[in-house]
Amino acid sequence: MLHFVGNGLKQAVLEVQEYVRLQITVVRAIFSRPFYMRDLIEQLDQIGIGSLTVVTLAGFFTGAVLALQSGITLDQFGARPFVGRLVSASMVKELGPVLTGLMLAGRVGSGIAAELGSMVVTDQINALRALGTDPVRKLVVPRVLAGVIMTPILTIIADTFGIIGGWIIAVFQLRVASSIYWTSVTDGLYLQDVWMGLIKPFVLGFAIVTIGCHVGLRTSGGTQGVGRSTTYAVVAASVAVIAVDLFITQLLVNLLY
Amino acid sequence: MALNPTTQPGPAGGAAAADTPAVELRHVSLAFDDKVVLRDVSFTLLPGHTKLILGASGSGKSTILKLILGLLRPDAGEVYVGGERVDQMEERDLLRVRGGLGMVFQEGALFDSLTVGENVGFKLYEETHRPLGEIRARVEEVLGFVRLGEFIDRQPSELSGGQRRRVAIARALASKPGILLYDEATTGLDPITAITVDEEIVKLRDLEEVGSIVVTHQLRDAFFVATHEARRAGGRIEVAPADAAKADEAEFIMLKEGLVAFEGNAAELRASTDSYIRTFLS
Repeated sequence: MLHFVGNGLKQAVLEVQEYVRLQITVVRAIFSRPFYMRDLIEQLDQIGIGSLTVVTLAGFFTGAVLALQSGITLDQFGARPFVGRLVSASMVKELGPVLTGLMLAGRVGSGIAAELGSMVVTDQINALRALGTDPVRKLVVPRVLAGVIMTPILTIIADTFGIIGGWIIAVFQLRVASSIYWTSVTDGLYLQDVWMGLIKPFVLGFAIVTIGCHVGLRTSGGTQGVGRSTTYAVVAASVAVIAVDLFITQLLVNLLY
Repeated sequence: MALNPTTQPGPAGGAAAADTPAVELRHVSLAFDDKVVLRDVSFTLLPGHTKLILGASGSGKSTILKLILGLLRPDAGEVYVGGERVDQMEERDLLRVRGGLGMVFQEGALFDSLTVGENVGFKLYEETHRPLGEIRARVEEVLGFVRLGEFIDRQPSELSGGQRRRVAIARALASKPGILLYDEATTGLDPITAITVDEEIVKLRDLEEVGSIVVTHQLRDAFFVATHEARRAGGRIEVAPADAAKADEAEFIMLKEGLVAFEGNAAELRASTDSYIRTFLS
């Protein structure tokens, strides 16, 4: 029993060690040559443009349901007109970054783990190294940079569509005047909220993509192994989004407010 | 994956001096957890010569190739490529040493998001600064050598297993390496396609003077490579049985449970009275 627990702990520590080593290698590689610009542009398209639909829909429906639910609660305080600030503050500070992160963990995290995992089991990663190309520079760095650049942009889009979704519910369901809704949206947002809503996605984007790359590159065991890696990447990235969100929020609350 | 071609001229991969062994292993040992894969293995490959490494599955043959490329590090012993010690090199120095080596992986290991032409020219596009037109010409040349010129814009998924192996050979050859490493290049292929791949190996050895290490458990293919040679005859290239002197140049190594059980030429291998070797050859 102890032996089993011991092995499990050793394995966990080894995973964390290798993950941190990958992060350090990536950061060093970003600031040195060679730099694969075409791969970065390709990944900006795949991670960014490719995730637009899912992020827009997730943001829109979340904003709408948030307005619906909060409208009912605000009624008890005669505060229905304040639904706008509640939707905007929640979306911008918390729901936008976290939901975008979870959508990307599922879409991007799994895709990266599957792609890199397939390359590992078919010897393509070894072939890359044999041909003189560093797989971290060629495959990981473009994905990490694309994740870090695109996640905040996608979060802003999710926030925007969330607030629009809330507006539709507020106007047509809750019978709040449009002008009152939009005034309330801007009243409820402080600069610190916006900073928080922009800093969080940077960190979450970095975590999601590095986890996907780390898990993908450590795949073993053929096609079954690729399936396991894909699942593991989604689970690990999703848990990381939620856990990192708490720590980042705590840190930013102390720094900004 | 995208290609990142650059357009300034630059140098090609290097080659060893005539008297320095192209590859040398000295007392190399390697184990994965509790399983000992290689035990005190030593051999030398001279420039332009052939080494055929035989052995059962799991005997450590492919591991030797990965050690030469620096993809793995030994637990003990030394690995030299072109006179440089590679088993303790940093990755960025290894990238330079790999410039003189070409590897043909099992199953080909072609990049499936790139076309055949992009695969073959990968190293030239990515890591050199040659003009794009020059690289395309080289790609067409090597694809012509393996008789797959018309497939240059196809995807690897559209090719058969044998065609993919030949594209993998073309890819390894494109940057003019001094040594080619073949990892089970004919395993899983039908006999006719396997002979076609063997002929490519022979042609490269004899016409391009590329040293080679061929790892296989297919005896037929190992003996074919050892006992045939390629010649230019009347504008064509023909592969025919080699004379005794030429056949003697190919050296066999047989691995058994991580140890070198035999080292010698084809005739000595056939004449061996060792029971394991006799069983393997039967």
